[in-house]
Amino acid sequence: MDIGITIAAILTLAIYSFLYKDNPFYKTAEHILLGVSVGYFVVITITNTLIPKLFIPIFIEGKLIYIIPGVLGLMMFLRFHRRSAQFSRIPLSIIIGVGAGAAIPAYMQAQLLAQIKATMLPLTNLSNIIIIAAVLTVLVFFYFSREHKGVMGFGAKAGIYFLMLFFGSTFGYTVMARVSLLIGRMQFLLHNWLGLIN
Amino acid sequence: MKTLILVIIITFLLLPICAFGGVSAIDTPNDDGESITIIWNPDSIPSNNLKLTRVKIERRTSSESGWEEIGVAPFSQRTFIDDAADDGIDYVYRLLFTGENGKALIYRTEAVHSSAQIFNTKRINVLIGIIICIFVLLYYIYRSQKGRQFYVRPIPGLQAVEEAVGRATELGKPVLYSAGRGNMQRVATIASMTVLSSVAEKTAEYNIPLIFPNNDAVVTAVAQEVVYDAYAKTGHPDRYKEDDIFYLTDSQFGYAAAVDGIMLRRKPATNLFMGTFEAESLILAETGNSIGAIQIAGTDSTIQLSFFIVACDYVLIGEEYFAASGYLSQDPMILGSLKGQDMLKVVVGVLILLGALAVTFGFTGFLDIFSIG
Repeated sequence: MDIGITIAAILTLAIYSFLYKDNPFYKTAEHILLGVSVGYFVVITITNTLIPKLFIPIFIEGKLIYIIPGVLGLMMFLRFHRRSAQFSRIPLSIIIGVGAGAAIPAYMQAQLLAQIKATMLPLTNLSNIIIIAAVLTVLVFFYFSREHKGVMGFGAKAGIYFLMLFFGSTFGYTVMARVSLLIGRMQFLLHNWLGLIN
Repeated sequence: MKTLILVIIITFLLLPICAFGGVSAIDTPNDDGESITIIWNPDSIPSNNLKLTRVKIERRTSSESGWEEIGVAPFSQRTFIDDAADDGIDYVYRLLFTGENGKALIYRTEAVHSSAQIFNTKRINVLIGIIICIFVLLYYIYRSQKGRQFYVRPIPGLQAVEEAVGRATELGKPVLYSAGRGNMQRVATIASMTVLSSVAEKTAEYNIPLIFPNNDAVVTAVAQEVVYDAYAKTGHPDRYKEDDIFYLTDSQFGYAAAVDGIMLRRKPATNLFMGTFEAESLILAETGNSIGAIQIAGTDSTIQLSFFIVACDYVLIGEEYFAASGYLSQDPMILGSLKGQDMLKVVVGVLILLGALAVTFGFTGFLDIFSIG
């Protein structure tokens, strides 16, 4: 029997033991998972980010401009020095500012213009009419600066019904996907590990 | 005489190589560089009944002598993009058009180099859309700051935050806050930090622990700053515990397993899930439910909302979550932007209606305004 498969199976059972209650087996598996994953991501960060995107450009290709993000990265560590901790806010503010700035055009494209265009459907069949009605009533539901009464109230109520229909369908769809994951895990335990099923 | 014949033969063989008509290479427009588009017009290439089927594309720099093959394309394709060019270096392309009988025509382009463009002119509509949004938001923020009071309808999930923190105080148990798996570039994570600030002010006032396990080191650093600022703002910086705002792991299920463990061992009275969530949402919410914690979730992850709805006491659905910061803080600037967003929703609704009517009556050109290049 493959020792790797056996270890994976034991850890799987240890994680499943959480369904009964918190216990030492679960704690052990949890800490192994945490420790291994942190170690793994440290290595990934070094090999996929630090070396190819910082060390090679600076030390091999001579692109000195990369020193700036390198210094900003190092400034994050100033958090551990009480007197200089305030300077760690500089890279943080750059990350948030750049992140928000880059997100704006992306959201405008994907979440607004593309969605508006996709909703402009010809009112020639019931399906299209329902889609447009759903979008408009959901927009009414998300209108915050007026009380949901009268026509607004009716629109908002219709909007929340459309939302609940969506949530119900996504719930069922995702649960099916999760059941298939469980089946995969059972196959691993009963077939790969114990060899009880073909 | 032999030399003359040889010169004539070589000249005859090389003649096609000198041809440029119908073939060109240009710097690919509206890109970030490192790309050259090679174009051939089948109608302008005298095929002489060769029945051309494919094109082999080769390139060399202006200073090199040897040709390097970079790809093959069907003759009918008309264009080929070389996306392995170095910016600023002049390249010459040679196209070998091959017919069914194996005979070939050879064409060569002028030298061309790639460069990055600052503006993508195909996305002017995005720029206009952003300018309109900014203008509308700034207008309402300005009005709000001038003293105009904007109404915000009650949002049950947000009204419950105060109650949830109060419950934790009565029970003497901590509040657990999770920002999910989003990094600091995500709008939902930025919004989460604003909600966190309001929650931290309450936990500081009531002197109850606020636990914030995280799966992104940068978010952890930002959260530590936000929580410390909130504690300082309420006059209780001494109550701030940096060790309670901590990084766990980047691993999705490692994070879920660890937060589950924390819930079972520290038994928080209140769980707040605000941010971007993925498959771990139900694992977290179910565990929180099993320990009897009051749970409030808010996310823009539409698929995960359904799981939060079944397992949490209150859920902020999509846009409600983004309105949370304005609602909790009552900051005139955020309330003004909330009103501006509402006005933009009206504009979107009207545009959708107009577009649907236009398409119904055959004016499909209206849709092109929203096309993104």
